[in-house]
Amino acid sequence: MNACLHSNNAVIRSPQRMAILVAACVVCALAAGVASVPCRAQAAKPLRWGADAEGGAPYEFQDPKDPSRLLGFEVDIADAIGRILGRPMRFVQNQWDGLIPGLERSNYDMVISGLEITPDRARVIRFSRPYYVTYEQLAVRAGEDRIRRLEDCPGRKVGTLKGSLAQRILEARGDLEVVSYDGQINAYEDLLNGRLDAVLMDHIIALYNVPHVAALKMAGPPVGRLEYGIAFRQEDDALLQEVNRALALMIASGELRRILQNWNLWTPQCAEFFADHSAESVRADAYAQFLESRVRQDSRWDRVKRYAGYLPLLGRGALVTLELSLLAMLLAVSIGLVLALTRLYAPWYARGLASIYIESIRGTPLLIQLFLIFYGLPHVGIRLAPMLAAILGLGLNYSAYEAENYRAGIQSIPRTQMEAALALGMTRFQALRHVIVPQAVRLVIPPVTNDFIALLKDSSLVSVITMVELTKAYSQLASIHYDYLGIGLLAAAMYFLIGLPFVRLARKAERHFTPASRAAAIGGKQRQTV
Amino acid sequence: MNGEGHIIEIRNLKKSFHGEPILKGVTLDVDANQLTVLIGPSGCGKSTLLRCLNGLELFDSGSILIGGMLIQRDAAQARMDSDYYRRTHQLRAMVGMVFQSFNLFPHMTLLDNIARPPVIVQGVRVAEAREAAYQLLEKVGLREKAGQYPEHLSGGQQQRAAIARALAMKPKVLLYDEPTSALDPGLVDEVLAVMKELDAEGITQVVVTHEMRFARDVAEKVVFLNAGLVVEEGPPEAMFSDPGDPLTRQFLKRYL
Repeated sequence: MNACLHSNNAVIRSPQRMAILVAACVVCALAAGVASVPCRAQAAKPLRWGADAEGGAPYEFQDPKDPSRLLGFEVDIADAIGRILGRPMRFVQNQWDGLIPGLERSNYDMVISGLEITPDRARVIRFSRPYYVTYEQLAVRAGEDRIRRLEDCPGRKVGTLKGSLAQRILEARGDLEVVSYDGQINAYEDLLNGRLDAVLMDHIIALYNVPHVAALKMAGPPVGRLEYGIAFRQEDDALLQEVNRALALMIASGELRRILQNWNLWTPQCAEFFADHSAESVRADAYAQFLESRVRQDSRWDRVKRYAGYLPLLGRGALVTLELSLLAMLLAVSIGLVLALTRLYAPWYARGLASIYIESIRGTPLLIQLFLIFYGLPHVGIRLAPMLAAILGLGLNYSAYEAENYRAGIQSIPRTQMEAALALGMTRFQALRHVIVPQAVRLVIPPVTNDFIALLKDSSLVSVITMVELTKAYSQLASIHYDYLGIGLLAAAMYFLIGLPFVRLARKAERHFTPASRAAAIGGKQRQTV
Repeated sequence: MNGEGHIIEIRNLKKSFHGEPILKGVTLDVDANQLTVLIGPSGCGKSTLLRCLNGLELFDSGSILIGGMLIQRDAAQARMDSDYYRRTHQLRAMVGMVFQSFNLFPHMTLLDNIARPPVIVQGVRVAEAREAAYQLLEKVGLREKAGQYPEHLSGGQQQRAAIARALAMKPKVLLYDEPTSALDPGLVDEVLAVMKELDAEGITQVVVTHEMRFARDVAEKVVFLNAGLVVEEGPPEAMFSDPGDPLTRQFLKRYL
């Protein structure tokens, strides 16, 4: 604890020290025996490719009929590359925002996830030759007749994806209101329900979100031009060259074209770009299947079956959430107790350090702490598995709150209890251990239970560091089935059900720790007489 | 009667709170195996003196010799030496304390209140400590309450249990800080009876109290403190029938 507190003091001077602080805390927690980083070394050496399956069709998405199966044109491209290179390809799920940091911390060897080749990105990573070329496409409501192209949009609300070429194009215009989204589905939903006037997105996305929706239509000619590339770490030159050769082979043999045609993605722009004007054409079966799954009308019985089918995935997510929350809470209550005792009884300098730790943890967002631990620490050589990083992030964060709970609890035990213990010859530590803390425990059960429930729900944040827990499972399912209401209620119910037993348990524990059968204020008699 | 001599020797003890002197140079001897009663008006420093004797308060200067161990300090010394804490700890092993508000541990049964401290502090074996605790409870008439929690007991019962808890540590001296002041009048006698019995067994006791009848009937020595100083001390018969100091006379008039 001390090492950790020391570096905390140093933080104030430079931001780089922040990383060291977190590192020190992590080391402390590791020493406390949390878990160990799983070893990723493999004999067969599969190639790992990172992508966000929530990105949806046609990139990569879970098969609505069998969510354990991954579909998408990039899945097909990855498989083809693997076949050519003679190496198995393994998919690694990663939040879209974190794809490049995840690549840098070697969670996977490459990113194939509709990543547009931009100069900004090319500065930190390297791109393969493009495997797809597309443009931006405007979409509006079917009844809309005033907006025929982008130039008709001044003063309008236009939705797009965060960090995309479309966003840059819209912002460059300066005469309309840009609304950026994390996912395309939400943008098109908002267009449907009238919050937006138009949506500008990659044509490939529009193709999979507009034509089959009666209330939407595409509008206007192609806008701009962009290329998707496979991303590699700067130093992985050899792998980049190999993949480039594989892509060249796929283009030359027409395999890339056939994959794209199967997904209805082969456009004149592609033919031009890949210089492939072959008249040969395969049927767009994958696209047809996608459309079929989208327009399908469920009977009530089908719907029940469909919801039942979600349960395994949601259940797995719920288990991760539960495991994560329990371990994080265990860490939080242990560290919290040490912090509280330090803050109350240690010499002044340790007290000060504990206060700085508590205040800086409470004063910064959990999300940033998680990013620091997961993506920041690798810069100082500490790579933690997602589960471990999530437990540490949540545990360290909540330890600050638990420390304050304990402190309040301990301080509400009358001073005379400590005096009586000391007068009996106990050391201060013995007095705390046998007299003060046991009494404080029952006082802090209600606020700690409260925090556990809060932690359970905050655990949804760890989806940003690639954990597939309940909320992530929910949003993946919702994005493939376009069902935010039904699946959302299902996931909410699961959170509720996970939390419920603990509320019950806490109530029981409280009764257990209260000796009197009546619910008198704890220590009330003692306090009255003082 | 005075066979073992002084078990406590207090010399010129001074103590201030926030610049206000509470003890202004107390010098006092306590005889072994006797019951000494400290009397005096509120704020005269009786309780502070008692708390200095077991290290709950730091005194500013002077010395205390208890059971052959000396703790001393002169005013020039800014801080207690590091040795102080060790010696305070040893001091507490020799001195038992009974508080006005009992201060039993509410999360433990009576038996645990009495049996656990020796296990924690002195490393006594659990079975042994429990056996001793039952005997002590027997002595204070609470054997059948062993399994109860403090809040189910009357104040008198709690205070008797607190005396048993202090005795379990086998102290050389037992200090009482107004042991009956928080009790209903009807419960005072049962506590005093226990103290009287302990006196008969030859246990050294120092009692801060306002129970003058008890002081007259049971104490071997009565000490009158006023404004941080010992005004007068002596056997109770002399003190109560013919106080030498006008201050003592004035104080006693209100109580007798």
